[in-house]
Amino acid sequence: MHIHKYERFWIYLSFVVIAFFIASVVYGFVALDLKVVGDNETVDPQNLQDTPFNKPGVRRVENPDPAKYEVYVEALQFAFVPGTSTPITVPANTPITFHVTSADVLHGFEVVGTNLNTMAIPGQVATFTTVFPEPTTYGIVCNEYCGPAHHVMEGKLTVVPKSEFNENYLVQ
Amino acid sequence: MTFLQRYPKAAKVAKANFIVAFIALAIGGLFGFLQALHRTNVFRGFINSGQYYTVLTGHGVLLAIIFTTFFIAGLFVWGVTRSLEREPENLTFTWTWFWLMVVGLTMAAIAILGGLVPGSSIRAAVLYTFYPPLQAHPLFYIGLALVIIGSWMAGADWFRSYLKWRKNHPSERIPLLTFMALFTMLMWYVCTIGVALEVVVLLIPWSLGWVTDIEPLLPRTLFWYFGHAVVYFWLLPAYYVWYAILPKFSGGRLFSDSMTRIVFIIFLILSTPVGFHHQYADAGISLGFKFYAMATTLLLLLPSLMTMFTVIAGMEHGARQRGGKGYLAWIGKLPWDNPPFVGCALAGIMFAAGGFSGMINASMNINIMIHNTLWVPGHFHLTVGTAVALTFMAVSYWLIPQLTGKKLKHKTMALVQPYAWFLGMTLMSNAMHRAGLAGIPRRTAEPEYTGFDFHAVFGSIGEMKWQIAIGGTILTISLVMFLWVIVATWWKGERSEQPVDESIPTPLSGKEHTPAVLDNIKLWLGLAILLVILAYTFPLWDMVKDGLFSPGIGPRPS
Repeated sequence: MHIHKYERFWIYLSFVVIAFFIASVVYGFVALDLKVVGDNETVDPQNLQDTPFNKPGVRRVENPDPAKYEVYVEALQFAFVPGTSTPITVPANTPITFHVTSADVLHGFEVVGTNLNTMAIPGQVATFTTVFPEPTTYGIVCNEYCGPAHHVMEGKLTVVPKSEFNENYLVQ
Repeated sequence: MTFLQRYPKAAKVAKANFIVAFIALAIGGLFGFLQALHRTNVFRGFINSGQYYTVLTGHGVLLAIIFTTFFIAGLFVWGVTRSLEREPENLTFTWTWFWLMVVGLTMAAIAILGGLVPGSSIRAAVLYTFYPPLQAHPLFYIGLALVIIGSWMAGADWFRSYLKWRKNHPSERIPLLTFMALFTMLMWYVCTIGVALEVVVLLIPWSLGWVTDIEPLLPRTLFWYFGHAVVYFWLLPAYYVWYAILPKFSGGRLFSDSMTRIVFIIFLILSTPVGFHHQYADAGISLGFKFYAMATTLLLLLPSLMTMFTVIAGMEHGARQRGGKGYLAWIGKLPWDNPPFVGCALAGIMFAAGGFSGMINASMNINIMIHNTLWVPGHFHLTVGTAVALTFMAVSYWLIPQLTGKKLKHKTMALVQPYAWFLGMTLMSNAMHRAGLAGIPRRTAEPEYTGFDFHAVFGSIGEMKWQIAIGGTILTISLVMFLWVIVATWWKGERSEQPVDESIPTPLSGKEHTPAVLDNIKLWLGLAILLVILAYTFPLWDMVKDGLFSPGIGPRPS
């Protein structure tokens, strides 16, 4: 087969570019800990009361030192629990693990201005861990169409200094 | 002899398909205009926020499914007939698939438009992706299934022509215009199996109430098994035009026959196992399969980069034939006053930009920054919304005269139209990309929230809104110009023995240099199926082993 020399060069160059892209994703994954959600546990979406989502909110992980927290968030038409009526409040500079699921249809869970962005799928639990570097307030939006009032579905996430975080912010 | 004189029956079939395509384009485009005004809060008097989602569903389905499928059917009827030199084998069969698709599209359209009638129980505001548990009226799913079955029959029609031709030409190479059509359809068969299973096995029984609960992840996964390959189903016919016809518009010849075939083979092999790259943000799919999808997606850059080379080389050859000189000065010698050329060339430039944002989308952990934000529609309005749609419009300026036997009317308007599209899309798409970087979500009627503001990374949020609204308006004007030219040509164009020059020159490196293995349909189809099996067996098994409909949840009205 006849391949023009410029075209041959262009094809080699294309492979280099492709390899560079794959390498940069792998580098982000391994060296910078930039991950995406994977295959986590499943729940019965019609019986969330029998799961940790029966009391959504912030919990302290038992016995780790220094302290770690996890947040159970339930998305439903058209609110985040917690998030919409009460903000999710977490301490700065502390590992926070989110567990997000949906009670009815597909939703999105996007913390605006960050790379926390996941689907909330009934039956599936999206789990990911992050550290918020400094105290601030973020907006949360549902970024997957979820029904006629999708555009009003929003919430808040408040990051407070570690020293100000106390038991009152935890789910009882 | 012109195409119309030699193949009047095929011309009629192609014209019927184009008429449906252009009606869908007109309505879908109008819906896009309403959205651009509503979302940006420039004008909200036409529709309310609930109706926005019905209009958005109509925009997606009419443009991405109906306009594309019918246009592609018309284009391939033309190309297969012309290159095999055969009328359709059995016109009853041909018209059956056409009318089956029309019935299907009518059912789906009734279900969608019902949502604009207050109090109607017939609704389908489920968007183009129709993710359950949001439920549409059964007409919507049944209609879409009929469109897909019709498209399968259309493909069978072309394969039948090919096999008949093969009997009389046992040792000839498959003509390029047929080769590209057949490989596009092979890919279409491989990928539509997913959505057909989703709709027929899961969604139709569920929407009819035969089963109550649905497991959301399985249909979503089957949708995306189809949902990325479908973009290549739109794109490959644009490549069809860029490879086979654009060099002629430039005054040159196709660079290489064998490279063209290789590109289509790579698309057949790699288009479907990439679907998980639409599910990077989904729980329930393991990282290994997401990685596999990412690698295959990025490998798909190769055929697109090869296309870039070949298309530009073909144009450069044309420009040099026209007296072009220098490293870049030849660009000025291209026929920038010829509507079909201008449309295809501008579409190609926009596709390069869309390709760059697509690389971001493909790169798993970088994708999370823009997942489900306005960046994503910004991206695909460059690819399907310009590379495909503008190419289809441009080639129509050359095809419609061939099929109707009438000269193109309003040539100045036809020339301004692609430039206007390019300008409108530049405004709209750059703003959508940047809005996505600020975190503004897609698919949202009124992206205005009470508890927080979006902060632009580049520019300002207000300026982006205006660029989207103005860009959308210019696109609408461009669309009206296109339809005006086509309707005027069809209706009042001057009859002519030879309304356009139909000839297509042979490639610079022709099929005598093309290895025979490239025409081995079974080999490449087998390889494509193997890669799909590797990508999907385990994840799908994981989802269905506890039952097709569990862990299930009940339907919600759309």
